[in-house]
Amino acid sequence: MKIVITSSGNNANAKVDNHFGRCAFFVFYDTLTRGVEFLPNPFKEFEEGAGEAAVNLIAARGITKIVTGELGVKVKPILDSLKIQVIILRHKEKSIEEILNMLNHYA
Amino acid sequence: MPRPKRIRRMTNPPHFKGFKPVGLTEEPPVVIHYEEYEAIRLSDFELHGQVESARIMNVSRPTFARIYESARRKVAQAFVQGKPIVFEGGKVYFDSEWYSCKSCGCWFNHPSREEEVTHCALCGSAEFEQNKEGPL
Repeated sequence: MKIVITSSGNNANAKVDNHFGRCAFFVFYDTLTRGVEFLPNPFKEFEEGAGEAAVNLIAARGITKIVTGELGVKVKPILDSLKIQVIILRHKEKSIEEILNMLNHYA
Repeated sequence: MPRPKRIRRMTNPPHFKGFKPVGLTEEPPVVIHYEEYEAIRLSDFELHGQVESARIMNVSRPTFARIYESARRKVAQAFVQGKPIVFEGGKVYFDSEWYSCKSCGCWFNHPSREEEVTHCALCGSAEFEQNKEGPL
């Protein structure tokens, strides 16, 4: 299973970024290989449509789950139609490492 | 036999059961289906066009128009004849199927409706509950 996490920095100590479309980095995590990849968000500076563009990017990579703090109203219906699950954190100060540890049960 | 109805999508049911006219004795109520409530909400509250509303409810534009018309007639009937309104029934499913985990405190939804939710999508805990309202 492939999961994307929105991150505010490019290392595992960084906190989760609360904005989905305009996060600083996307963290791609593959539960099978335990591979973690940080990708700078190419849509960060978009004035409009950052969320949709981000969905296209992650859908092309076969992501089935998103972990983030918030996401826009335009994005949710697209994710629903793609059957991508959304996980929204309520305690938003978690680091990427903590999230990855929580996802360990999928391995 | 008529063609089966397509299941209409809606976000949230009304959070109360209906309306009562002031100062009248109990009359048999007008039953407004959830899909009709949703049609009025989308058209007259959110001010979407019919094409847009139909897309949101996942039905065709003409079907949406029929649902909406039926809803308006029921409201008019209740207003004119002083009947109570109850919200009940209808062929709908709810778009907001948010769950919250008691262990890690996250919200998660469940886009594959066919499968049952057995554990929290984030931490894997079995301690979660279904919520009527989601974080969005």
